[in-house]
Amino acid sequence: MLNIKDVSLTFNEDTPDEKKALQGIDLELNKGEFVTVIGSNGAGKSTLMNVVSGSLHPDVGDVFINDQNVVHLPEYKRSKMIGRVFQDPMAGTAPTMTIEENLAMAYARNKKRRLVPGVTKKRKDYFREYLESLNLGLEDRLNAKVGLLSGGERQALSLLMATFTEPHILLLDEHTAALDPSRAELITEITADVVGKFELTTMMVTHNMQQALDLGDRLFMMDKGEIIFDVKGEEKQNLTIKNLLDEFQRIRGKQIESDRAVLG
Amino acid sequence: MFIALFGAVESGVIYAIMALGVYLSFRVLDFPDLTVDGSFVTGAGITGVLIVNGTPPVLATLIGALAGFIAGCITGILHTAGKINALLSGILMMIALYSINLRFMGQPTVSLLNESTLVSQIESLWASTGIDSALNGMLNVFELDRVPTTWAILIMMAILTLAIKFLLDYFLKTEIGLAIRATGDNQKMIRSLSANTNFLIIIGIGLSNGLVALSGALIGQHGGFANLNMGIGMIVIGLASVIIGEALFGKKTITRVTLAVIGGAIIYRVVVTVALRVDYLSIQSSDLKLITAILVIAALVTPKILQARKDKKRRQAKRAALMEQQKESEASA
Ligand SMILES: Nc1ncnc2c1ncn2[C@@H]1O[C@H](COP(=O)(O)OP(=O)(O)OP(=O)(O)O)[C@@H](O)[C@H]1O
Ligand SMILES: [Mg+2]
Repeated sequence: MLNIKDVSLTFNEDTPDEKKALQGIDLELNKGEFVTVIGSNGAGKSTLMNVVSGSLHPDVGDVFINDQNVVHLPEYKRSKMIGRVFQDPMAGTAPTMTIEENLAMAYARNKKRRLVPGVTKKRKDYFREYLESLNLGLEDRLNAKVGLLSGGERQALSLLMATFTEPHILLLDEHTAALDPSRAELITEITADVVGKFELTTMMVTHNMQQALDLGDRLFMMDKGEIIFDVKGEEKQNLTIKNLLDEFQRIRGKQIESDRAVLG
Repeated sequence: MFIALFGAVESGVIYAIMALGVYLSFRVLDFPDLTVDGSFVTGAGITGVLIVNGTPPVLATLIGALAGFIAGCITGILHTAGKINALLSGILMMIALYSINLRFMGQPTVSLLNESTLVSQIESLWASTGIDSALNGMLNVFELDRVPTTWAILIMMAILTLAIKFLLDYFLKTEIGLAIRATGDNQKMIRSLSANTNFLIIIGIGLSNGLVALSGALIGQHGGFANLNMGIGMIVIGLASVIIGEALFGKKTITRVTLAVIGGAIIYRVVVTVALRVDYLSIQSSDLKLITAILVIAALVTPKILQARKDKKRRQAKRAALMEQQKESEASA
Protein backbone atom coordinates (compact mmCIF):
# COMPACT_ATOMS: atom_id res chain seq x y z
CA MET A 1 0.00 0.00 0.00
CA LEU A 2 2.63 2.54 1.10
CA ASN A 3 6.17 1.94 0.05
CA ILE A 4 9.03 4.27 0.86
CA LYS A 5 12.30 3.49 -0.86
CA ASP A 6 15.61 4.87 0.30
CA VAL A 7 14.33 8.36 1.06
CA SER A 8 16.76 11.00 2.32
CA LEU A 9 16.24 14.66 3.03
CA THR A 10 18.74 17.20 4.30
CA PHE A 11 17.77 20.72 5.32
CA ASN A 12 20.17 23.61 4.71
CA GLU A 13 22.77 21.38 3.10
CA ASP A 14 26.37 22.65 3.23
CA THR A 15 25.62 25.34 5.79
CA PRO A 16 26.38 25.35 9.52
CA ASP A 17 22.65 24.61 10.05
CA GLU A 18 22.79 21.44 8.00
CA LYS A 19 20.32 18.89 9.32
CA LYS A 20 19.96 15.38 8.01
CA ALA A 21 16.25 15.00 8.76
CA LEU A 22 15.82 11.69 6.93
CA GLN A 23 18.60 9.23 6.14
CA GLY A 24 17.85 6.38 3.79
CA ILE A 25 14.37 5.54 5.06
CA ASP A 26 13.02 2.24 3.71
CA LEU A 27 9.63 1.02 4.75
CA GLU A 28 6.64 -0.84 3.54
CA LEU A 29 3.15 -0.68 4.99
CA ASN A 30 0.58 -3.28 4.05
CA LYS A 31 -3.02 -2.45 3.45
CA GLY A 32 -4.84 -1.84 6.70
CA GLU A 33 -1.67 -1.72 8.77
CA PHE A 34 -1.71 0.80 11.63
CA VAL A 35 1.73 1.90 12.76
CA THR A 36 2.56 4.21 15.61
CA VAL A 37 5.75 6.26 15.33
CA ILE A 38 7.74 7.45 18.32
CA GLY A 39 11.05 9.22 18.72
CA SER A 40 12.58 12.25 20.38
CA ASN A 41 12.20 15.83 19.19
CA GLY A 42 13.86 16.40 15.86
CA ALA A 43 14.02 12.68 15.04
CA GLY A 44 12.40 13.35 11.67
CA LYS A 45 8.89 12.03 12.32
CA SER A 46 7.05 15.05 10.96
CA THR A 47 9.47 15.27 8.05
CA LEU A 48 8.68 11.68 7.15
CA MET A 49 4.95 12.40 7.22
CA ASN A 50 5.48 15.50 5.08
CA VAL A 51 7.45 13.53 2.54
CA VAL A 52 4.58 11.07 2.25
CA SER A 53 1.95 13.81 2.00
CA GLY A 54 3.95 15.83 -0.50
CA SER A 55 4.35 19.02 1.53
CA LEU A 56 8.07 18.23 1.37
CA HIS A 57 9.99 16.62 -1.45
CA PRO A 58 12.87 14.28 -0.61
CA ASP A 59 16.35 14.87 -2.03
CA VAL A 60 16.49 11.26 -3.21
CA GLY A 61 14.26 8.23 -3.00
CA ASP A 62 10.75 7.27 -4.05
CA VAL A 63 7.33 7.09 -2.46
CA PHE A 64 4.84 4.57 -3.81
CA ILE A 65 1.16 4.54 -2.95
CA ASN A 66 -0.70 1.56 -4.42
CA ASP A 67 2.35 0.82 -6.58
CA GLN A 68 2.16 4.28 -8.13
CA ASN A 69 5.26 6.42 -7.69
CA VAL A 70 3.91 9.68 -6.29
CA VAL A 71 7.18 11.35 -5.40
CA HIS A 72 6.80 13.95 -8.15
CA LEU A 73 3.08 14.58 -7.60
CA PRO A 74 2.24 17.89 -5.93
CA GLU A 75 0.65 17.83 -2.51
CA TYR A 76 -2.86 18.64 -3.69
CA LYS A 77 -2.89 15.71 -6.11
CA ARG A 78 -1.60 13.24 -3.57
CA SER A 79 -4.12 14.35 -1.01
CA LYS A 80 -6.84 12.62 -3.02
CA MET A 81 -5.34 9.45 -1.56
CA ILE A 82 -4.13 10.74 1.80
CA GLY A 83 -6.06 11.91 4.84
CA ARG A 84 -4.22 14.03 7.39
CA VAL A 85 -4.78 15.43 10.85
CA PHE A 86 -2.33 17.98 12.18
CA GLN A 87 -1.13 18.68 15.70
CA ASP A 88 -2.66 22.15 15.75
CA PRO A 89 -6.46 21.87 16.08
CA MET A 90 -6.70 25.13 14.09
CA ALA A 91 -4.88 23.64 11.12
CA GLY A 92 -7.37 21.06 9.90
CA THR A 93 -10.52 23.12 9.49
CA ALA A 94 -11.64 26.44 8.00
CA PRO A 95 -12.76 28.58 10.97
CA THR A 96 -15.04 31.07 9.21
CA MET A 97 -16.98 28.32 7.48
CA THR A 98 -19.69 26.13 8.96
CA ILE A 99 -19.40 22.51 10.07
CA GLU A 100 -21.39 21.31 7.09
CA GLU A 101 -19.31 23.38 4.68
CA ASN A 102 -16.11 21.97 6.14
CA LEU A 103 -17.47 18.46 5.79
CA ALA A 104 -18.57 19.20 2.23
CA MET A 105 -15.02 20.22 1.35
CA ALA A 106 -13.69 16.99 2.82
CA TYR A 107 -16.39 15.05 1.01
CA ALA A 108 -15.15 16.44 -2.30
CA ARG A 109 -11.57 15.37 -1.59
CA ASN A 110 -11.43 12.30 -3.80
CA LYS A 111 -13.72 13.73 -6.48
CA LYS A 112 -13.42 16.44 -9.06
CA ARG A 113 -14.82 19.67 -7.61
CA ARG A 114 -17.65 21.02 -9.73
CA LEU A 115 -20.03 23.94 -9.96
CA VAL A 116 -22.76 22.17 -8.03
CA PRO A 117 -23.84 23.04 -4.49
CA GLY A 118 -21.42 21.62 -1.94
CA VAL A 119 -24.04 21.09 0.74
CA THR A 120 -27.18 19.27 -0.34
CA LYS A 121 -30.04 17.78 1.62
CA LYS A 122 -28.76 14.28 0.98
CA ARG A 123 -25.22 15.11 2.02
CA LYS A 124 -26.47 16.81 5.16
CA ASP A 125 -28.14 13.58 6.25
CA TYR A 126 -24.95 11.73 5.51
CA PHE A 127 -22.86 14.26 7.50
CA ARG A 128 -25.27 14.10 10.40
CA GLU A 129 -25.03 10.35 10.52
CA TYR A 130 -21.24 10.49 10.66
CA LEU A 131 -21.18 13.27 13.24
CA GLU A 132 -23.43 11.22 15.48
CA SER A 133 -20.70 8.60 15.70
CA LEU A 134 -18.56 11.20 17.54
CA ASN A 135 -21.10 11.59 20.34
CA LEU A 136 -20.27 15.27 20.70
CA GLY A 137 -23.62 16.66 19.65
CA LEU A 138 -22.07 18.25 16.57
CA GLU A 139 -24.83 16.77 14.42
CA ASP A 140 -27.17 19.43 15.83
CA ARG A 141 -24.79 22.27 15.00
CA LEU A 142 -24.26 21.79 11.28
CA ASN A 143 -24.62 25.52 10.68
CA ALA A 144 -22.24 26.62 13.43
CA LYS A 145 -18.98 28.27 12.37
CA VAL A 146 -16.10 25.92 13.10
CA GLY A 147 -14.15 28.77 14.71
CA LEU A 148 -16.61 28.58 17.62
CA LEU A 149 -15.78 24.95 18.43
CA SER A 150 -13.36 23.93 21.18
CA GLY A 151 -9.98 22.49 20.24
CA GLY A 152 -11.15 18.96 21.02
CA GLU A 153 -14.29 19.32 18.95
CA ARG A 154 -12.32 20.75 16.07
CA GLN A 155 -9.84 17.91 16.25
CA ALA A 156 -12.64 15.34 16.26
CA LEU A 157 -14.13 17.06 13.23
CA SER A 158 -10.73 17.12 11.49
CA LEU A 159 -10.38 13.41 12.15
CA LEU A 160 -13.78 12.74 10.67
CA MET A 161 -12.96 14.94 7.66
CA ALA A 162 -9.68 13.11 7.14
CA THR A 163 -11.21 9.67 7.24
CA PHE A 164 -14.75 9.51 5.95
CA THR A 165 -13.75 9.39 2.31
CA GLU A 166 -11.69 6.31 3.23
CA PRO A 167 -8.28 7.51 2.02
CA HIS A 168 -5.61 5.00 1.06
CA ILE A 169 -3.28 6.43 3.69
CA LEU A 170 -4.05 8.22 6.96
CA LEU A 171 -1.36 10.41 8.51
CA LEU A 172 -1.75 11.60 12.09
CA ASP A 173 1.00 13.86 13.43
CA GLU A 174 0.65 14.21 17.21
CA HIS A 175 -3.00 14.91 16.66
CA THR A 176 -3.85 14.59 20.36
CA ALA A 177 -0.86 16.53 21.71
CA ALA A 178 -2.59 19.91 21.99
CA LEU A 179 -5.59 18.59 23.92
CA ASP A 180 -6.24 18.12 27.63
CA PRO A 181 -5.95 14.50 28.84
CA SER A 182 -9.66 13.65 28.72
CA ARG A 183 -10.11 15.15 25.25
CA ALA A 184 -6.94 13.41 24.09
CA GLU A 185 -8.40 10.17 25.39
CA LEU A 186 -11.60 10.79 23.46
CA ILE A 187 -9.77 11.54 20.21
CA THR A 188 -7.61 8.46 20.72
CA GLU A 189 -10.75 6.33 21.06
CA ILE A 190 -12.30 7.85 17.95
CA THR A 191 -9.04 7.23 16.10
CA ALA A 192 -9.01 3.56 17.01
CA ASP A 193 -12.66 3.40 16.02
CA VAL A 194 -12.48 4.92 12.54
CA VAL A 195 -9.20 3.28 11.64
CA GLY A 196 -10.73 -0.06 12.57
CA LYS A 197 -14.02 0.63 10.84
CA PHE A 198 -12.50 1.59 7.48
CA GLU A 199 -9.36 -0.56 7.86
CA LEU A 200 -7.22 2.46 7.02
CA THR A 201 -3.51 2.18 6.42
CA THR A 202 -2.32 4.56 9.10
CA MET A 203 0.84 6.21 10.41
CA MET A 204 0.41 7.97 13.74
CA VAL A 205 3.14 10.02 15.38
CA THR A 206 2.87 10.36 19.14
CA HIS A 207 5.01 11.31 22.12
CA ASN A 208 2.80 9.29 24.40
CA MET A 209 4.47 5.89 24.65
CA GLN A 210 1.47 4.28 26.25
CA GLN A 211 -0.68 5.49 23.37
CA ALA A 212 1.89 4.13 20.92
CA LEU A 213 1.72 0.75 22.62
CA ASP A 214 -2.05 0.62 22.96
CA LEU A 215 -2.91 1.62 19.42
CA GLY A 216 -2.02 -0.04 16.18
CA ASP A 217 -0.39 -3.29 15.15
CA ARG A 218 3.09 -2.05 14.40
CA LEU A 219 5.53 0.42 15.96
CA PHE A 220 8.51 2.40 14.65
CA MET A 221 11.04 4.19 16.74
CA MET A 222 12.89 6.98 14.92
CA ASP A 223 16.11 8.70 15.83
CA LYS A 224 18.31 11.09 13.85
CA GLY A 225 16.40 10.55 10.64
CA GLU A 226 16.45 6.78 10.78
CA ILE A 227 13.98 4.11 11.76
CA ILE A 228 15.96 2.31 14.46
CA PHE A 229 13.33 -0.11 15.71
CA ASP A 230 10.39 -1.76 13.99
CA VAL A 231 8.12 -4.31 15.68
CA LYS A 232 4.81 -5.76 14.70
CA GLY A 233 2.29 -8.44 15.53
CA GLU A 234 2.52 -10.35 18.77
CA GLU A 235 5.90 -8.89 19.59
CA LYS A 236 4.35 -5.42 19.51
CA GLN A 237 1.39 -6.51 21.65
CA ASN A 238 3.72 -7.74 24.38
CA LEU A 239 5.88 -4.64 24.38
CA THR A 240 6.13 -2.42 27.49
CA ILE A 241 7.48 1.07 27.99
CA LYS A 242 10.47 -0.43 29.77
CA ASN A 243 11.20 -2.68 26.76
CA LEU A 244 11.13 0.37 24.53
CA LEU A 245 13.56 2.32 26.67
CA ASP A 246 15.90 -0.67 26.99
CA GLU A 247 15.73 -1.20 23.27
CA PHE A 248 16.64 2.39 22.56
CA GLN A 249 19.56 2.18 24.95
CA ARG A 250 20.78 -1.03 23.37
CA ILE A 251 20.65 0.41 19.85
CA ARG A 252 21.94 3.88 20.54
CA GLY A 253 24.11 2.86 23.47
CA LYS A 254 23.15 5.74 25.70
CA GLN A 255 20.56 6.78 28.17
CA ILE A 256 17.66 8.55 26.47
CA GLU A 257 17.92 12.18 27.34
CA SER A 258 14.62 12.33 29.08
CA ASP A 259 12.53 14.92 27.35
CA ARG A 260 8.89 14.80 26.56
CA ALA A 261 9.81 12.11 24.08
CA VAL A 262 10.03 9.57 26.82
CA LEU A 263 6.96 9.56 28.92
CA GLY A 264 4.89 12.16 27.18
CA MET B 1 -31.09 67.68 -4.50
CA PHE B 2 -33.46 64.84 -5.33
CA ILE B 3 -32.05 64.55 -8.81
CA ALA B 4 -28.51 64.50 -7.42
CA LEU B 5 -29.39 61.76 -4.94
CA PHE B 6 -31.17 59.84 -7.66
CA GLY B 7 -28.01 60.02 -9.77
CA ALA B 8 -25.92 58.93 -6.78
CA VAL B 9 -28.02 55.82 -6.22
CA GLU B 10 -27.98 55.10 -9.93
CA SER B 11 -24.21 55.12 -10.20
CA GLY B 12 -23.93 53.47 -6.77
CA VAL B 13 -25.78 50.47 -8.11
CA ILE B 14 -23.28 50.18 -10.98
CA TYR B 15 -20.26 50.70 -8.73
CA ALA B 16 -21.68 47.96 -6.51
CA ILE B 17 -20.59 45.41 -9.12
CA MET B 18 -17.03 46.64 -8.67
CA ALA B 19 -17.46 46.45 -4.89
CA LEU B 20 -18.59 42.83 -5.17
CA GLY B 21 -15.39 42.14 -7.07
CA VAL B 22 -13.33 43.77 -4.34
CA TYR B 23 -15.24 41.74 -1.75
CA LEU B 24 -14.27 38.57 -3.60
CA SER B 25 -10.57 39.35 -3.56
CA PHE B 26 -10.18 41.17 -0.23
CA ARG B 27 -12.59 39.27 1.94
CA VAL B 28 -13.19 35.87 0.40
CA LEU B 29 -9.66 35.20 -0.82
CA ASP B 30 -7.96 37.46 1.73
CA PHE B 31 -5.90 38.81 -1.17
CA PRO B 32 -5.27 42.59 -1.11
CA ASP B 33 -5.50 43.03 -4.86
CA LEU B 34 -4.63 46.45 -6.26
CA THR B 35 -5.12 45.41 -9.89
CA VAL B 36 -8.57 47.02 -9.57
CA ASP B 37 -7.39 50.56 -10.35
CA GLY B 38 -6.17 49.31 -13.71
CA SER B 39 -8.78 46.70 -14.56
CA PHE B 40 -11.63 49.16 -14.02
CA VAL B 41 -10.18 51.31 -16.79
CA THR B 42 -9.49 48.23 -18.90
CA GLY B 43 -13.19 47.44 -18.83
CA ALA B 44 -14.25 50.99 -19.62
CA GLY B 45 -11.55 51.61 -22.22
CA ILE B 46 -11.77 48.40 -24.23
CA THR B 47 -15.54 48.50 -24.26
CA GLY B 48 -15.45 52.16 -25.30
CA VAL B 49 -13.04 51.60 -28.15
CA LEU B 50 -14.98 48.58 -29.38
CA ILE B 51 -18.22 50.53 -29.37
CA VAL B 52 -16.65 53.42 -31.26
CA ASN B 53 -15.48 50.88 -33.82
CA GLY B 54 -18.94 49.51 -34.28
CA THR B 55 -19.05 46.42 -32.03
CA PRO B 56 -22.54 45.79 -30.62
CA PRO B 57 -22.56 47.28 -27.09
CA VAL B 58 -23.53 44.04 -25.32
CA LEU B 59 -20.67 42.18 -26.95
CA ALA B 60 -18.28 45.08 -26.31
CA THR B 61 -19.24 45.09 -22.62
CA LEU B 62 -18.69 41.34 -22.31
CA ILE B 63 -15.28 41.62 -23.97
CA GLY B 64 -14.38 44.45 -21.58
CA ALA B 65 -15.27 42.23 -18.63
CA LEU B 66 -13.32 39.34 -20.13
CA ALA B 67 -10.25 41.58 -20.47
CA GLY B 68 -10.52 42.39 -16.75
CA PHE B 69 -10.78 38.68 -16.00
CA ILE B 70 -7.59 37.99 -17.91
CA ALA B 71 -5.77 40.86 -16.17
CA GLY B 72 -6.86 39.43 -12.81
CA CYS B 73 -5.70 35.95 -13.78
CA ILE B 74 -2.28 37.38 -14.61
CA THR B 75 -2.07 38.99 -11.17
CA GLY B 76 -2.98 35.59 -9.72
CA ILE B 77 -0.29 33.89 -11.77
CA LEU B 78 2.31 36.46 -10.68
CA HIS B 79 1.44 35.69 -7.07
CA THR B 80 1.17 31.90 -7.26
CA ALA B 81 3.54 30.73 -9.97
CA GLY B 82 5.83 33.75 -9.65
CA LYS B 83 5.70 33.67 -5.84
CA ILE B 84 5.47 37.47 -5.75
CA ASN B 85 3.90 39.08 -2.71
CA ALA B 86 0.16 39.65 -3.19
CA LEU B 87 0.25 43.44 -2.82
CA LEU B 88 3.19 43.73 -5.17
CA SER B 89 1.60 41.47 -7.82
CA GLY B 90 -1.42 43.76 -7.86
CA ILE B 91 0.65 46.92 -8.02
CA LEU B 92 2.78 45.55 -10.86
CA MET B 93 -0.31 44.58 -12.82
CA MET B 94 -1.91 47.93 -12.09
CA ILE B 95 0.93 49.97 -13.55
CA ALA B 96 1.34 47.57 -16.46
CA LEU B 97 -2.34 48.05 -17.22
CA TYR B 98 -1.91 51.82 -17.31
CA SER B 99 0.26 51.48 -20.42
CA ILE B 100 -1.78 48.63 -21.84
CA ASN B 101 -5.03 50.57 -21.43
CA LEU B 102 -3.53 53.56 -23.25
CA ARG B 103 -2.39 51.25 -26.05
CA PHE B 104 -5.92 49.94 -26.47
CA MET B 105 -7.61 53.29 -26.16
CA GLY B 106 -5.16 55.14 -28.42
CA GLN B 107 -5.81 58.36 -26.53
CA PRO B 108 -6.42 59.19 -22.87
CA THR B 109 -10.13 59.78 -23.36
CA VAL B 110 -12.62 57.90 -25.52
CA SER B 111 -15.90 59.75 -25.92
CA LEU B 112 -19.11 57.75 -26.23
CA LEU B 113 -21.52 60.67 -26.27
CA ASN B 114 -22.56 60.18 -29.89
CA GLU B 115 -22.48 56.41 -29.84
CA SER B 116 -25.19 53.89 -29.31
CA THR B 117 -24.24 52.26 -25.99
CA LEU B 118 -25.81 49.66 -23.77
CA VAL B 119 -27.11 52.51 -21.64
CA SER B 120 -28.68 54.42 -24.54
CA GLN B 121 -30.15 51.20 -25.92
CA ILE B 122 -31.76 50.37 -22.60
CA GLU B 123 -33.10 53.90 -22.34
CA SER B 124 -34.73 53.88 -25.76
CA LEU B 125 -36.22 50.41 -25.24
CA TRP B 126 -37.51 51.57 -21.91
CA ALA B 127 -39.05 54.77 -23.21
CA SER B 128 -41.58 52.76 -25.20
CA THR B 129 -42.86 51.07 -22.02
CA GLY B 130 -44.23 54.21 -20.40
CA ILE B 131 -43.09 53.06 -16.94
CA ASP B 132 -41.28 56.37 -16.40
CA SER B 133 -44.38 58.52 -16.51
CA ALA B 134 -46.11 56.14 -14.13
CA LEU B 135 -43.26 56.28 -11.61
CA ASN B 136 -42.81 60.02 -11.95
CA GLY B 137 -46.55 60.39 -11.51
CA MET B 138 -46.21 58.71 -8.12
CA LEU B 139 -43.43 61.17 -7.26
CA ASN B 140 -45.89 64.02 -7.75
CA VAL B 141 -47.01 63.71 -4.14
CA PHE B 142 -43.60 65.03 -3.05
CA GLU B 143 -44.05 68.11 -5.23
CA LEU B 144 -40.50 68.05 -6.59
CA ASP B 145 -39.32 70.74 -9.01
CA ARG B 146 -37.70 68.15 -11.23
CA VAL B 147 -38.24 64.46 -11.76
CA PRO B 148 -35.72 61.96 -13.15
CA THR B 149 -35.61 61.84 -16.93
CA THR B 150 -35.51 58.05 -16.89
CA TRP B 151 -35.75 55.22 -14.40
CA ALA B 152 -34.43 52.77 -16.94
CA ILE B 153 -30.82 52.74 -15.78
CA LEU B 154 -31.59 52.57 -12.08
CA ILE B 155 -34.01 49.69 -12.47
CA MET B 156 -32.17 47.70 -15.11
CA MET B 157 -28.82 48.10 -13.36
CA ALA B 158 -30.37 47.14 -10.03
CA ILE B 159 -31.66 43.98 -11.67
CA LEU B 160 -28.25 43.26 -13.18
CA THR B 161 -26.42 43.91 -9.91
CA LEU B 162 -28.81 41.72 -7.94
CA ALA B 163 -28.51 38.98 -10.55
CA ILE B 164 -24.72 39.12 -10.14
CA LYS B 165 -25.13 39.04 -6.37
CA PHE B 166 -27.29 35.90 -6.53
CA LEU B 167 -24.89 34.23 -8.97
CA LEU B 168 -21.99 35.06 -6.66
CA ASP B 169 -23.89 33.70 -3.64
CA TYR B 170 -24.61 30.51 -5.52
CA PHE B 171 -21.05 30.22 -6.79
CA LEU B 172 -19.54 30.61 -3.33
CA LYS B 173 -21.62 27.67 -2.12
CA THR B 174 -20.65 25.28 -4.91
CA GLU B 175 -17.87 22.75 -4.41
CA ILE B 176 -15.44 25.04 -6.23
CA GLY B 177 -16.74 28.10 -4.37
CA LEU B 178 -16.30 26.44 -0.99
CA ALA B 179 -12.73 25.59 -1.94
CA ILE B 180 -12.09 29.23 -2.94
CA ARG B 181 -13.41 30.43 0.40
CA ALA B 182 -11.29 27.89 2.25
CA THR B 183 -8.26 29.10 0.28
CA GLY B 184 -8.78 32.51 1.87
CA ASP B 185 -9.40 30.96 5.27
CA ASN B 186 -6.95 28.08 5.69
CA GLN B 187 -4.79 27.22 2.69
CA LYS B 188 -2.94 24.38 4.35
CA MET B 189 -6.19 22.65 5.16
CA ILE B 190 -7.82 22.90 1.76
CA ARG B 191 -4.62 21.76 0.08
CA SER B 192 -4.68 18.67 2.28
CA LEU B 193 -8.20 18.16 0.92
CA SER B 194 -6.86 17.97 -2.64
CA ALA B 195 -7.65 21.49 -3.80
CA ASN B 196 -5.21 23.21 -6.16
CA THR B 197 -4.99 26.48 -4.26
CA ASN B 198 -2.90 28.20 -6.93
CA PHE B 199 -5.56 27.54 -9.53
CA LEU B 200 -8.31 28.73 -7.19
CA ILE B 201 -6.47 31.97 -6.43
CA ILE B 202 -5.95 32.64 -10.14
CA ILE B 203 -9.61 32.00 -10.96
CA GLY B 204 -10.81 33.96 -7.94
CA ILE B 205 -8.72 37.06 -8.67
CA GLY B 206 -9.72 36.72 -12.33
CA LEU B 207 -13.42 36.71 -11.49
CA SER B 208 -12.94 39.60 -9.10
CA ASN B 209 -11.36 41.74 -11.80
CA GLY B 210 -13.90 40.57 -14.34
CA LEU B 211 -16.59 42.12 -12.15
CA VAL B 212 -14.51 45.26 -11.68
CA ALA B 213 -14.04 45.62 -15.43
CA LEU B 214 -17.73 45.00 -16.07
CA SER B 215 -18.52 47.78 -13.64
CA GLY B 216 -16.00 50.02 -15.41
CA ALA B 217 -17.52 49.23 -18.80
CA LEU B 218 -20.98 50.20 -17.55
CA ILE B 219 -19.78 53.33 -15.76
CA GLY B 220 -18.03 54.41 -18.97
CA GLN B 221 -21.20 53.98 -21.00
CA HIS B 222 -23.27 55.63 -18.30
CA GLY B 223 -20.99 58.66 -18.09
CA GLY B 224 -20.44 58.83 -21.85
CA PHE B 225 -16.66 58.49 -21.81
CA ALA B 226 -13.76 56.31 -20.79
CA ASN B 227 -10.74 58.02 -19.30
CA LEU B 228 -7.29 56.66 -18.59
CA ASN B 229 -7.40 58.04 -15.05
CA MET B 230 -10.92 57.07 -14.10
CA GLY B 231 -9.65 54.10 -12.08
CA ILE B 232 -7.37 56.01 -9.72
CA GLY B 233 -8.37 55.26 -6.14
CA MET B 234 -11.00 52.76 -7.29
CA ILE B 235 -9.67 50.11 -4.93
CA VAL B 236 -10.20 52.39 -1.95
CA ILE B 237 -13.75 53.14 -3.08
CA GLY B 238 -14.37 49.42 -3.39
CA LEU B 239 -12.94 48.80 0.04
CA ALA B 240 -14.96 51.68 1.45
CA SER B 241 -18.12 50.09 0.06
CA VAL B 242 -17.27 46.70 1.52
CA ILE B 243 -16.34 48.06 4.93
CA ILE B 244 -19.23 50.52 5.21
CA GLY B 245 -21.65 47.83 4.08
CA GLU B 246 -20.35 45.28 6.57
CA ALA B 247 -20.39 47.80 9.40
CA LEU B 248 -23.97 48.90 8.70
CA PHE B 249 -25.66 45.74 7.53
CA GLY B 250 -23.66 42.94 9.13
CA LYS B 251 -21.71 40.02 7.76
CA LYS B 252 -23.24 36.89 9.23
CA THR B 253 -23.75 34.91 6.03
CA ILE B 254 -22.55 35.20 2.45
CA THR B 255 -25.99 36.26 1.21
CA ARG B 256 -26.08 38.95 3.84
CA VAL B 257 -22.59 40.33 3.13
CA THR B 258 -23.05 40.54 -0.61
CA LEU B 259 -26.22 42.54 -0.06
CA ALA B 260 -24.39 44.67 2.51
CA VAL B 261 -21.64 45.38 0.00
CA ILE B 262 -24.18 46.62 -2.54
CA GLY B 263 -25.74 48.80 0.16
CA GLY B 264 -22.29 50.08 1.09
CA ALA B 265 -21.54 51.07 -2.50
CA ILE B 266 -24.78 53.04 -2.77
CA ILE B 267 -24.32 54.74 0.59
CA TYR B 268 -20.79 55.70 -0.35
CA ARG B 269 -22.07 57.49 -3.47
CA VAL B 270 -24.83 59.19 -1.54
CA VAL B 271 -22.45 60.44 1.15
CA VAL B 272 -20.06 61.80 -1.45
CA THR B 273 -22.86 63.52 -3.34
CA VAL B 274 -24.24 65.12 -0.20
CA ALA B 275 -20.78 66.23 0.92
CA LEU B 276 -20.19 67.95 -2.42
CA ARG B 277 -23.57 69.68 -2.24
CA VAL B 278 -23.28 71.16 1.22
CA ASP B 279 -22.06 74.63 0.32
CA TYR B 280 -20.62 75.82 3.60
CA LEU B 281 -18.30 72.79 3.71
CA SER B 282 -16.90 74.05 0.39
CA ILE B 283 -15.71 70.57 -0.50
CA GLN B 284 -14.28 70.20 -3.98
CA SER B 285 -14.19 67.05 -6.02
CA SER B 286 -10.44 66.95 -5.46
CA ASP B 287 -11.16 66.45 -1.76
CA LEU B 288 -13.06 63.24 -2.45
CA LYS B 289 -10.09 60.96 -1.91
CA LEU B 290 -9.58 62.44 1.54
CA ILE B 291 -13.26 61.99 2.33
CA THR B 292 -13.08 58.39 1.17
CA ALA B 293 -10.08 57.72 3.39
CA ILE B 294 -11.88 59.28 6.36
CA LEU B 295 -15.00 57.24 5.64
CA VAL B 296 -13.06 54.00 5.57
CA ILE B 297 -11.23 54.86 8.78
CA ALA B 298 -14.51 55.76 10.47
CA ALA B 299 -16.20 52.56 9.33
CA LEU B 300 -13.25 50.53 10.58
CA VAL B 301 -12.82 52.23 13.93
CA THR B 302 -16.36 53.11 15.02
CA PRO B 303 -17.70 49.57 15.50
CA LYS B 304 -14.71 48.75 17.71
CA ILE B 305 -15.17 51.89 19.82
CA LEU B 306 -18.88 51.17 20.20
CA GLN B 307 -18.18 47.60 21.24
CA ALA B 308 -15.56 48.67 23.78
CA ARG B 309 -18.00 51.20 25.23
CA LYS B 310 -20.71 48.61 25.50
CA ASP B 311 -18.38 46.19 27.27
CA LYS B 312 -17.23 48.88 29.68
CA LYS B 313 -20.80 49.84 30.56
CA ARG B 314 -21.65 46.21 31.15
CA ARG B 315 -18.70 45.76 33.50
CA GLN B 316 -19.52 48.96 35.37
CA ALA B 317 -23.13 47.89 35.80
CA LYS B 318 -22.06 44.51 37.17
CA ARG B 319 -19.60 46.13 39.57
CA ALA B 320 -22.21 48.58 40.81
CA ALA B 321 -24.67 45.77 41.40
CA LEU B 322 -22.08 43.87 43.42
CA MET B 323 -21.28 46.94 45.56
CA GLU B 324 -24.97 47.41 46.18
CA GLN B 325 -25.27 43.84 47.38
CA GLN B 326 -22.30 44.20 49.71
CA LYS B 327 -23.70 47.35 51.25
CA GLU B 328 -27.03 45.67 51.84
CA SER B 329 -25.49 42.66 53.50
CA GLU B 330 -23.32 44.94 55.69
CA ALA B 331 -26.35 46.96 56.66
CA SER B 332 -28.31 43.87 57.64
CA ALA B 333 -25.39 42.46 59.64
N1 LIG C 1 11.73 23.50 7.12
C1 LIG C 1 12.81 23.16 7.83
N2 LIG C 1 13.97 23.83 7.65
C2 LIG C 1 15.07 23.48 8.33
N3 LIG C 1 15.13 22.48 9.21
C3 LIG C 1 14.01 21.78 9.44
C4 LIG C 1 12.79 22.08 8.76
N4 LIG C 1 11.85 21.23 9.18
C5 LIG C 1 12.45 20.42 10.08
N5 LIG C 1 13.74 20.75 10.24
C6 LIG C 1 14.70 20.05 11.09
O1 LIG C 1 14.68 18.70 10.75
C7 LIG C 1 14.74 17.87 11.91
C8 LIG C 1 13.58 16.93 11.94
O2 LIG C 1 12.39 17.68 12.18
P1 LIG C 1 10.98 17.02 12.40
O3 LIG C 1 10.02 18.13 12.46
O4 LIG C 1 10.76 15.98 11.38
O5 LIG C 1 11.11 16.34 13.82
P2 LIG C 1 10.03 15.55 14.66
O6 LIG C 1 10.54 14.18 14.82
O7 LIG C 1 8.69 15.72 14.08
O8 LIG C 1 10.14 16.30 16.05
P3 LIG C 1 9.00 16.73 17.08
O9 LIG C 1 8.80 15.55 17.95
O10 LIG C 1 9.61 17.85 17.84
O11 LIG C 1 7.79 17.12 16.30
C9 LIG C 1 14.77 18.83 13.09
O12 LIG C 1 16.09 18.94 13.53
C10 LIG C 1 14.28 20.14 12.53
O13 LIG C 1 14.90 21.21 13.17
MG1 LIG D 1 6.89 16.77 14.66
